[in-house]
This record gives sequence, C-alpha cells and structure tokens, in this order.
Amino acid sequence: MFYFGCKLMADDNNGYVLRVLDLCVKLQKQVLLDHISFSVKRGTTLAILGPNGAGKSVLFRTLLGLVPHSGLVKWEGNIKIGYVPQYVTVLDMPLTVREFLSMAVDGDNDSVLNVLSMVRLDKAGVLDKRLGVLSGGQLRRVLIAWALSGKPDVLLLDEPTTGVDMDSEEPIYLLLNDIKKSQKITILLITHNIHIVQEYSDDLLALDRVVTFYGPSADIVKPEVQRQIHGEPVCVETVKGVI
Amino acid sequence: MFDVTFFYSLFLAVFVGAAAGYLGSLMVLEKMALVGDALSHVALPGLALGMTFHFNPYIGAFGFLFVSAIIIWHIQRSTKISFEALVGTMFTLALALGILLYGNELEALEEALFGDISQVTLLNTGIAAVVCVIAIVLTKLVYNKLVLVMISEDLAVAKGINVAKTNLLYLFLVSLVVAIGIQIVGTLLVGFLVIVPAIAAKNLNVRMKRYALLSAIFGIISATVGIILWNFVRLNVPFPGPMVVFVGITIFIISLIINWRLKLTT
Repeated sequence: MFYFGCKLMADDNNGYVLRVLDLCVKLQKQVLLDHISFSVKRGTTLAILGPNGAGKSVLFRTLLGLVPHSGLVKWEGNIKIGYVPQYVTVLDMPLTVREFLSMAVDGDNDSVLNVLSMVRLDKAGVLDKRLGVLSGGQLRRVLIAWALSGKPDVLLLDEPTTGVDMDSEEPIYLLLNDIKKSQKITILLITHNIHIVQEYSDDLLALDRVVTFYGPSADIVKPEVQRQIHGEPVCVETVKGVI
Repeated sequence: MFDVTFFYSLFLAVFVGAAAGYLGSLMVLEKMALVGDALSHVALPGLALGMTFHFNPYIGAFGFLFVSAIIIWHIQRSTKISFEALVGTMFTLALALGILLYGNELEALEEALFGDISQVTLLNTGIAAVVCVIAIVLTKLVYNKLVLVMISEDLAVAKGINVAKTNLLYLFLVSLVVAIGIQIVGTLLVGFLVIVPAIAAKNLNVRMKRYALLSAIFGIISATVGIILWNFVRLNVPFPGPMVVFVGITIFIISLIINWRLKLTT
C-alpha cells in the first residue's frame, strides 16, 4: 500500500537507527526505487552510491517522508533528522549567513554562533556575508550548520561537496567525520566518489533503482563487488537476510 | 487643486505602495517579476464583469486574479509547463476577454487600464488600508518560510513547512494587493508597483530585512510622489499612473547608479 507524509514507523530498532524493507517508489507508473532493503546502525556512516537517475535523492526524500511509497521505513523512536540538499538557490538572495541560520534557530544569535563554530567557519568572515557570495566550500559548511542547528541524531547529506573545488572536498569530509564522532551522529551520505566511500563510510549501499550492492564499504575494492555495482543487482532476499 | 479625493488617493497610495513593495520583494526574489506584471493584467475581465453586473469591480478583479493564479499554479505543478508561458497565455486570454466584455465602453476600459483615482472614496480608502495592513502582516508571518522555499523546497518541507499552503496564501495576498493597486495605476501599470520598488531595493545590496523594508518604502514614495506630481503637472493626462511609474523608475536609476559607483554586487 502507498502512503504519503511522515508515517515513518518508529519503535525499538535494536541498535539500528533506520531499517528499510522492500521499499518501492513509483511515479507516474515509472519505478524509481524497486524493493530496496537496508539498515543503518547508530553512529555509523552509510554511503549511497549510484549513477545519475539511480534514485539516490528519491531515497532521501522518501526517508524524509516526502514521497509516497510502499514497504517499510522504520526510524528509531524520537529521532531528529538534519538534511542537507544537493542544490540550493542562493546566488541572487540578499540573505546573509546570520539571517539564514537565524531562521533555523528562531533568531537565537548564540545558537547561530555555536553551529558556525561547529562547522569551523570564521564568524567574522562569513556572518554578515550574503549566501550568494560565499565560496562553494563555505556554502556547504553553512548548509551543514543549518542541518546541525536542530541537534540531529541523523544527518542526511545529498552530495555534500556539490559545487566545491577538489581541494576543499576532503576537509569537509574530515569535518563531517569529526562531527559524527563528537556529536555521536549517524550519517547517510550520497556520493559519486569511491575514495570518499572507502575513507569516510562504514557501509555502502549501491543503487541503480535496485540495490546492486549492500555491505561493508571496504569491500568496494573487490572485483566481484565492482562487477555487482556495475552489473546485475543483488538478490533482494539476501539483503532481507542482513536485516 | 487640493480636493478631498486627492487626499484619499494619497492615503490609499501609502498603503498600496507599501503592500505592493513589500509583497513584490518576494516576487522579485522568486524571479517572477514578469509574472507579477503579466498577472496584474488578468484583472481586466473581473473589472468588466463588476461594471456590467453592478458590483464592486475591484472584487471582480481580485476574483479573476486569484482564480487565474490558482489555475496557473495547478497547471504548472501538474504539467511542468513554465510559469512564464502559462502566465503569458492567461494574460493575453484575459486581455482579449476583458476587451470583449467592455465592448464599446471605451472610457470605462481606459479607466480599468490606467486607473481612476477620481472615484476613490473614504470608505474604499479605509477598506483598502485595512486590507493592505493585513496583507503586510500575513506576508511578514510567512516571509521566512517563502524565502526558504525559494532556497530549497526540500529543505523547507523537511523543516515542516507546508509549501502548497504557504504559496497559496502568498498568491491570495498578491491578488488582493494588485486588485487594490489597480485603482491608482490601472491594470496595465500595477505590475510596476510590485516589481520596480523591489529591484531598486535589491540594487542597494542590503540585508534581507532591510531589503523588504526598503522595497516597501520605495513603493510608498513612487505611489505618493507620483500622485502629488501628477496633481501639479497634469500634462493633460487624466490618470496618475504614468507619473507614478516615472518616480519609481527615477528611484530605480538612482539605485542602479549607487550600485555601479559603489560596486555593490561585485
């Protein structure tokens, strides 16, 4: 049965912050996600890898309860989720970093300064700058600060280094890794970068509308896993067995 | 030279200018400036129906504006045809329909197209002022939400914002303010009050709160100074709309020069 909204099942997940079983998403008769099953342990990072159109962003929107779907999406009880979208429209906005983050924390200036320091941004340098004039790296850090402002248990990061030059990518992932450890946050991360999967995630979910691989990220170097990711999908029953 | 209608129209101009400027600041951010302009012309058949069936033509104008905005909004969401294309279609259809409905009532058509402040009364000035204040207050309540929707609809929804309801409220308020603004500058020029004060404010590269406030102030200056100048320099033009536009454009040019001289956007 398909349903809308935030009917995300929540109860005792035995150490799993999220369990997804047989998730299907259809839009105008087109299958966007086909029997997706995986789970995420508290305090770990799950990387989600796949080609364009594989359904990665749709998966995030479904996990946020924004997309009608069938199957089970079961979050741990009373979970708080922070979300960083891939694209934002800020170029022409007369909105400063302070004003933007104030929206997230109901105008509390101390909270604004606190989240900015969490993402290691120089307050004096960016606080009263317009979002549109920030560098790619600064903007992504501000968006991460927005997501952190709600003191989340889980961060959903949709390609968090979009628009960032290559030299600035690694520091952002290092920052996320530190935040994960210090704040005990679970991270779900969409990326195209296999190096990031290897270095900064614990588990990997490879998608191409179906699950093509689900397992430890370290396995991504194995030739058979490479074949799975770029070839035939894994059996759904196998993934159910993991859960 | 100074009759009571002039003072009523000046009072009306303050509220309409403020509301149009304030609401317009969002329309310009949404990159819907042209949409705001074209949408205002959709009021014409509503005005004609009001005149034909003897009810307040501005209620007819508001009805047509709001229904058109909802139709455009629904078609756009379900078909993904561009907003501009749909507004263009609706605008020309409404203009054709309006001209057909006005028939040979050319004087009335002229008033609808260019505004007529000679008909402004204490009652409709009072009602317009209250409606404009309500529109400003309600817009202020959802201003941040609308800005967040523009930045990222997903981010807004994840924050618990009902995007559809918020957009609908905004369209409703824009329709109200535009319908009232028609009294001063007519359907052809009312889009100006929504667009130009906002882009002039944007040229000054100020923070969001000041931007919205400046847009409202520029709206007030354009409308009031335009009417005062028109009252002094009649130039055989029976309506103040063109003078309102010239004042606003002057503010826009000054803002452009300030932007250029101070290199505000570099």
